[in-house]
Amino acid sequence: MNKHLFEYLLRLGDDSLIIGHRLSEWCGHGPILEEDIAMTNMALDFIGQATTILEYAAKVENAGRDADALAFLRYEREYRNVLLVEQPNEDFAVTMVRQFLFDAFRKPLYEALQNSSDEQIAAIAEKSLKETKYHLKHSSEWVIRLGDGTEESHEKAQYAIDTLWRYTDELFFENEVDAALQSENIVPSLIPIREEWQKTVTAVLAEATLTIPQNGWKQQGGRTGLHSENLGYILAELQYMQRAYPGMKW
Amino acid sequence: MKENNIEELERQFQEKIDNDIKIEPRDWMPDAYRDTLIRQISQHAHSEIVGMLPEGNWITRAPNLRRKAVLLAKVQDEAGHGLYLYSAAETLGADREETIDDLHSGKAKYSSIFNYPTLSWADMGAIGWLVDGAAIMNQVPLCRCSYGPYARAMVRVCKEESFHQRQGFEIMSTLANGTPEQKAMAQDALNRFWWPALMMFGPNDAESKHTEQSMRWKIKRQTNDELRQQFVDITVPQAEMIGLTVPDADLKFNTETGHYESGEINWDEFWQVVKGNGPCNKDRVDARRKAKENGMWVREAAAAHAEKRANRSKEKRA
Ligand SMILES: [Fe+2]
Ligand SMILES: [Fe+2]
Ligand SMILES: [Fe+2]
Repeated sequence: MNKHLFEYLLRLGDDSLIIGHRLSEWCGHGPILEEDIAMTNMALDFIGQATTILEYAAKVENAGRDADALAFLRYEREYRNVLLVEQPNEDFAVTMVRQFLFDAFRKPLYEALQNSSDEQIAAIAEKSLKETKYHLKHSSEWVIRLGDGTEESHEKAQYAIDTLWRYTDELFFENEVDAALQSENIVPSLIPIREEWQKTVTAVLAEATLTIPQNGWKQQGGRTGLHSENLGYILAELQYMQRAYPGMKW
Repeated sequence: MKENNIEELERQFQEKIDNDIKIEPRDWMPDAYRDTLIRQISQHAHSEIVGMLPEGNWITRAPNLRRKAVLLAKVQDEAGHGLYLYSAAETLGADREETIDDLHSGKAKYSSIFNYPTLSWADMGAIGWLVDGAAIMNQVPLCRCSYGPYARAMVRVCKEESFHQRQGFEIMSTLANGTPEQKAMAQDALNRFWWPALMMFGPNDAESKHTEQSMRWKIKRQTNDELRQQFVDITVPQAEMIGLTVPDADLKFNTETGHYESGEINWDEFWQVVKGNGPCNKDRVDARRKAKENGMWVREAAAAHAEKRANRSKEKRA
């Protein structure tokens, strides 16, 4: 098995799985009915992406596990999502800013992954890009509305940026996994992707009249399996059925 | 308007209905017809929205990726039904936010079934199978309802509800054919949801206040008891097929009539839940009220931003 490829697929798959989980927590509680539908729709897209990516990961691993085993039966330290996506929803501002920071990363990433020498990854990227563009449009528009809306919404949106900014550096985490896969043109360098992310974020936050925090301390750990306390609770819910009723078909 | 004029309008209105000509938003209609429809359609819309909560309760705990996606899609469909129905109510002059406030104040009702808790994964099966199943029984005749926008909304909604019903039954049959724990989970869900599902058809015909007038207006096409009987006749064999037992000791098949005969519904429980004393009445309405309250600043922000935008483009043009 290609250990590096497997690891990379877990990063992609877990990011989608966990942010999809967070979005799905809104279902039935959205601030506006239309937005309830939109967030559920995004959750659905991300769970769909997670499924396809983890299916491929399982195939690459070739150890008898399937996508469900990967999604539901790993331990906390084995998840590879960034810390950003596991942060709690708190309110609609935090949720949308988190979404925006992530979508602005995902779009250029998928654009680049479309050219992957690995055909499966290229196909996944191509398919996911369409919905990612829509997600980014949606979250950007909300960040602008909230930032440049009322005083109250501006404050909440600024708080969201201030809270989440420390987790953005990790989106561009690279190690020997990336180096190995880059040498085979399977995955892109994250340096140009970061530049594009920066451009998008700067433009949208400027339009939203929001301030980018001064570069303070940055949190990392998710990519190497060192998570915040939030993930344990997510997994307690996510894995509940598989843990309580082991080995059953649903 | 002169009195004989109104009488004439009412006569023409009833004639249209008798000839199965649809009533459209701009057509003249009696106030009572309009009020009845607003009440019924917004109640239906509220049911779709409140109905998201018991199933939403299991999204984060769905047992695998496929079930999670299907459940998300289902709950999203229900939100879409709600939206669609609020629009239909608006064609009659109802204000969406006002009708929602009526829900939150307890003035407007919604289907009592959603005041029961979802305690296990099998409840996702039971709800799809029984609750969406009962909803279809109620709603298929509404596709021929005299009010055009409602009838058309129901055509679309019914298609999706029957999809939900099949998915729910599929969950139940998977569980019923699974391990002993899974089968027990399925049976327990059926035990808890069977009677509330029968109550979804409303009081017995003799007790039903609105039935007669609604039938004359073709807002309703079949009585509560007729619909309930249809549901029992269709559902009991489905339970038998997957090896589950309907929790009704008095249930028996009458070979002469070709119908099942059920035991007596606990009407006291029915009225208690209608009055607000079901296990989850308070939680459901609180959750909806909280969603609206927590969403207030979001709506205000969207409105303020839209206004700023409009002003800026005005300035630009000037
Ligand atoms: Fe529905
Ligand atoms: Fe319905
Ligand atoms: Fe449904």
